[in-house]
This record gives sequence, structure tokens and C-alpha cells, in this order.
Amino acid sequence: MSHPVLEVKNLSVSFGSREGALTAVNDISFHVDRGEVLGLVGESGSGKSVTGLAILGLIDAPGRIGANSSIRLDGQELVGMPEHELRRLRGRKLAMIFQDPMTTLNPVLRIDTQMIEAVTAHENVSERAARARAREALQRVGIPSPDERLLAYPHQFSGGMRQRVAIAIALLHRPALLVADEPTTALDVTIQAQIISEVQELASQTGTAMVWVTHDLSVVAGLADRVAVMYAGRIVEQGSVVDVLERPLHPYAHGLIGSVPSRNKRGSPLAQIPGMTPSLGRLPPGCAFHPRCPRATDICRGEWPEATAYPGGRTARCYHPHLENEVAA
Amino acid sequence: MTTPEPIVALEDVSKRFVKPLDTAEKIGRIFGANVKEEVVRAVDDVSLQIAEGEVVGLVGESGCGKSTLGRVIAGTMNPSEGAVRYRGVIVEGMNAQDRRRADLAIQMIFQDPMASLNPRMRIAEIIGEAPVVHGLVSRRDAEAYVAETMQRVGLDPSTRKRYPHQFSGGQRARIGIARALAVKPEVLVCDESTAALDVSIQAQVINLFMRLREDLRLTYVFVSHDLGVVEHISDRVAVMYLGRIVELAPTDSLFSGPNHPYTQALLAEVPRLEARKKKFSALKGEIPTPLNPPSGCHFHPRCPFAFDRCKVERPMLKEVAPRWSAACHLNDKAA
Repeated sequence: MSHPVLEVKNLSVSFGSREGALTAVNDISFHVDRGEVLGLVGESGSGKSVTGLAILGLIDAPGRIGANSSIRLDGQELVGMPEHELRRLRGRKLAMIFQDPMTTLNPVLRIDTQMIEAVTAHENVSERAARARAREALQRVGIPSPDERLLAYPHQFSGGMRQRVAIAIALLHRPALLVADEPTTALDVTIQAQIISEVQELASQTGTAMVWVTHDLSVVAGLADRVAVMYAGRIVEQGSVVDVLERPLHPYAHGLIGSVPSRNKRGSPLAQIPGMTPSLGRLPPGCAFHPRCPRATDICRGEWPEATAYPGGRTARCYHPHLENEVAA
Repeated sequence: MTTPEPIVALEDVSKRFVKPLDTAEKIGRIFGANVKEEVVRAVDDVSLQIAEGEVVGLVGESGCGKSTLGRVIAGTMNPSEGAVRYRGVIVEGMNAQDRRRADLAIQMIFQDPMASLNPRMRIAEIIGEAPVVHGLVSRRDAEAYVAETMQRVGLDPSTRKRYPHQFSGGQRARIGIARALAVKPEVLVCDESTAALDVSIQAQVINLFMRLREDLRLTYVFVSHDLGVVEHISDRVAVMYLGRIVELAPTDSLFSGPNHPYTQALLAEVPRLEARKKKFSALKGEIPTPLNPPSGCHFHPRCPFAFDRCKVERPMLKEVAPRWSAACHLNDKAA
């Protein structure tokens, strides 16, 4: 088999603050193959968005990428790459879509200006050819009358349409990897479904690999091939969607999935994880989940458990995993 | 089952928002320019009866009028047409004293606690102010009362001297709930009250809502775009589209066999934990602007089953089964 499109090894990201360095992402490793969708799930503060930004090389001071970290795109090391080289990759081989499309779009420029700029930044083509590419890209993401819409400003689009434009721009150069940070969270369900279906189709046409960052387990269930669940900066469990969502090993993944309303009998109390996510500045010693964990024992208060491999290519970081769920499908 | 008197009843309620003409437009009109006031019918002729102790879910996409309807029920907005009855009496026609009692009985909990909690007030004041002002507790007993209310929603009373920013999102949601509970309401209108919370915290808050319902015999109107949450907590669900209720049914019936094509489409789009590598195939198009809604059935431009009648005639909400009604011409056709 060919090597993965994206290979992240021992990635750590910390931010200097008055309380000392806060480690937002702590020694995580994962990979994404060509055409594959990896769902990166976690709650607020788990480090999922910072991971996405780190892949794009968008961590600015006071953020720092840890010494042993490695992010390889098609075998090419991105950590420590000079900014001008990174800029050549971003938009061409590597693209990102954000929760708020206005992060991508410039409110005072027409869509055609922005899209043509994005094309000509990486390819030496005439403005006419670039315009044709932009038009085609808009059409592909399902925007009606693209010629007319090219002349519009971002505020003249609805939220869903703006997100489509952002996606069209991200996919202009058929990138090898697309990082999507909660791109459908602010949208209505029917619009969310439209956008996901279009992204699915485009990715399968171009073979683009995706890292889909979200807090919504149900979206991941329908979209991703594999999932990585993050808690307090660590990946606590990763594996195929079927394995992780149906037979979670880690008590956190177990609790999180159990608390989704559809997993509970209607009207009965939801299974809940007690307590709340710890602040990064005051992480408990040992496994950061132990104060909330029903299976915790003394050993959990000592050291973070190492990532252990399980059948079916799964890994989990836990001393007391739900081993009854170990059997691979 | 006998029908007890509903605690809140909406009768043909509409809420319009009008953008008045500015000076330039008025002058323009004198000279014959064709400019009109823009009118949005956020809620368009809605009737709904809420029984005591019931949980009614209001669902729909952005701009469907669910939040406006929630506000009309809570009395923070008066309807443009129609009437809201509280225990059989029209709220707008009440004398000041009764009106105040009705307003206190129906409380609202908002989505963003940071926008609805005064950042300069301590928690004890936020929770304790209203019951003291309305004479529900004396100033002397206020402290004990606040402590009791905080305990009820799972907050530590020793934190009562703190300010809202010193709490986490989930705790702020609890503060918003405590403030509403402090005036001893009978009905809570929850507008997307769990939407901003993380999954594990959301579960805690939903459990709190359900426990309070048992303890205090509360009635809920649960406004949400999250069908999973609504399915879990509601007895009945009203689905709204462009200001109108298109389907109203007991939760089980609605989720097992939706009648209206819009409800069917909406339920099909909901991402579910059980779905695997689903092919998302969406309803085409977007919600049209409520400034200029389509004629007839508002849903007809997106409806896969629309026929001629849908373009001209508005379908009324008709009973399709006991306690289950839908507004769709297809139901006449089948019959």
C-alpha cells in the first residue's frame, strides 16, 4: 500500500501564558490515507481545532510546536518548513475550511476577485482561464447561476451559500488534504446535509483526504472512515468508525457516545459523564480523565497510560478499557 | 382521555415585523416610486394548545419562526394578530395584576447565558432579584431562597458571590435556569437552551430539565433545531416552516412515520450515530426569504410531491390521526 497522505507523529502544541506553558495538543499521532475521511472529535478545549491549525502551519506565537513533532504531507516534512514554502503548499496541496466562512472570505471584495486571486496565486494562467475555473468550481458545489454569483459580494449570500463558496475556493486546486474545522456546525440540518453530500462527492472525485474536526459524533458517524477521539489534548482512542462508535474501548468515548440522546430511551435520564472538562492549566495528574471516570483506580492517578494497540487497527490510552468491546468486526 | 383546559393556548397567532420606510423612501413614494414597507410574517396564523405538564418541542430551521413563537408564548412579544390565553384568559386583555401573574408563570431560558446574564451582577443578585421585587420572598429570606434554588439546579451555593464570567458554560446554563425557576413558574420556554453546550454537558442539562419537570410539575416549550434532543425530551412536537406549523404530532408518531413531506425530509437529513458512511442526499434549495414567501403551501418549491393545488391554496392543519395533524394537500388526495 502507498504511504499515507498525511502522517502526524508525536505532535505537541503549547501556548505560553501567565500560568506557564499550556499544552493544548499533547503527543498525538495519526495518519490519513488518500481519499479517506478522518473524524477528529472532542469537546471544547480538547485540542481538536489546534491540531487542524497545526497541520496548516497556522500556529503563531505564543503557540509553539513541540520539539519531536512531525507532520508529513506526502512524505514532505511540514514542521519547520520556511513560511514562503508553506505558502506555496497552502491552497494548492493543503486547504482548510472553517466554521465561519467569513474567516475565508474578504467582505469588501467580490467573489470573482477572490477566486481568481486564489487560482493565479498558484498557477500561471490568464485571468480568463482563472475566471472559467472559478465559475466551474462554483457550479460544482451547487451554486445556481454561477456567472451572476461571481459578481456578488459575500454578504449577498446566505450562510450555506457562503460556506459553499469557501469550499469551492478550498478545492480549486484539488488539494491532497482538506482540513475542515466544524464547517457545518452553524448551518441548518438540510443545508448541512447538502454541504456534506457535496464534499463527499468532490472528495471521492479528486481523491482528497480529509480531516473533519467536529464535536458532533453523529456527523462523524455518517461521514468518516476512521475516528480519533480527543480529550484534554490527547487522542484517547482511535480506530474505524464502526469500532469506536459501536464498541468504544475508552471510558470517555464510551461516556460521550452514551450521552447522545438517540442512544437513550426516550424520556429516560441520559447517561451522563459527571463533572466537566478540566482546564488545561489545572490538569489532574495521571490520566486527565480519571476524576470523571467510573473505572478509575490508583494507577490512573500516576502516569498517562501509553497508547495500546487493539485488533482492527485500534488504539486506546487507558488502563481499564472496556475490553468486552475489543473484538474487531 | 378527557381534555383538561390547556395551560397556554395560542389562537390564530401571527407576528409581523415591519420595516418602516425611511425618509428618502417616503419622499420617493410622493414622486411615485414603487416602494413598499417590508413585512416579515415571522409567525403566520398559528394555533397550538399546551396542556399542563406537557413538553412540546418546536422544531424547524433558521428563520422558520420558532424562536418568535417561543417569545410570543413567553409574553416578551405581543402577537400582531390572534390571542394567547393563559389558563383560558386572553393575556393581552388582563388587568395589570393578572398580567403580571401570567408573565411570572411563563418564564424563558435563552440560548446564550452570557448575553442574558448581567455581567456586573453577582449570581445571588441575578437569581434573587426578581423573587424579591415581586414579593415572592422577603428580602430577609432571600439568601436562603437563593441557596435553595441554586442547589436545585446543581450549583454550589457557596459560589453565589461570584460573577457570571467565573463560571463554565454548563454552569452558566444552570444559572439561567435558576433565575427562571426563582419566580416559581409553571411553564418554561427554553429557546435553544442546550445548543451551545458540549455533548457531555448537554446531557447533564437535559437531565436537569427532566428532573425539574418531575419535581416541580413544569410544562415546557422546547424550541430547538436539534431533533435528537427534541425527540428525547418532548411529548409532542410541532414542526414549523416559514412561520407556519406544518405538522403537529406525538413524538413517537412523528419520528416513526412523519406525514408532511418537509418533516420527512428533515428527519432524513438528521445525522445519526447509527448511520455509517451515509450518502447524504439533501433536500434541494434553501428556505425562501420570509419577506416574500411562496404562494400556497410555503414548502411547494422544494417539495418533491408538489402538484398544482399546492401553488395556489394554503393547506390547513388537519387531523390525520388522533392528536396528529399535518398541513398538506396530499392527505386530501389520498383520502
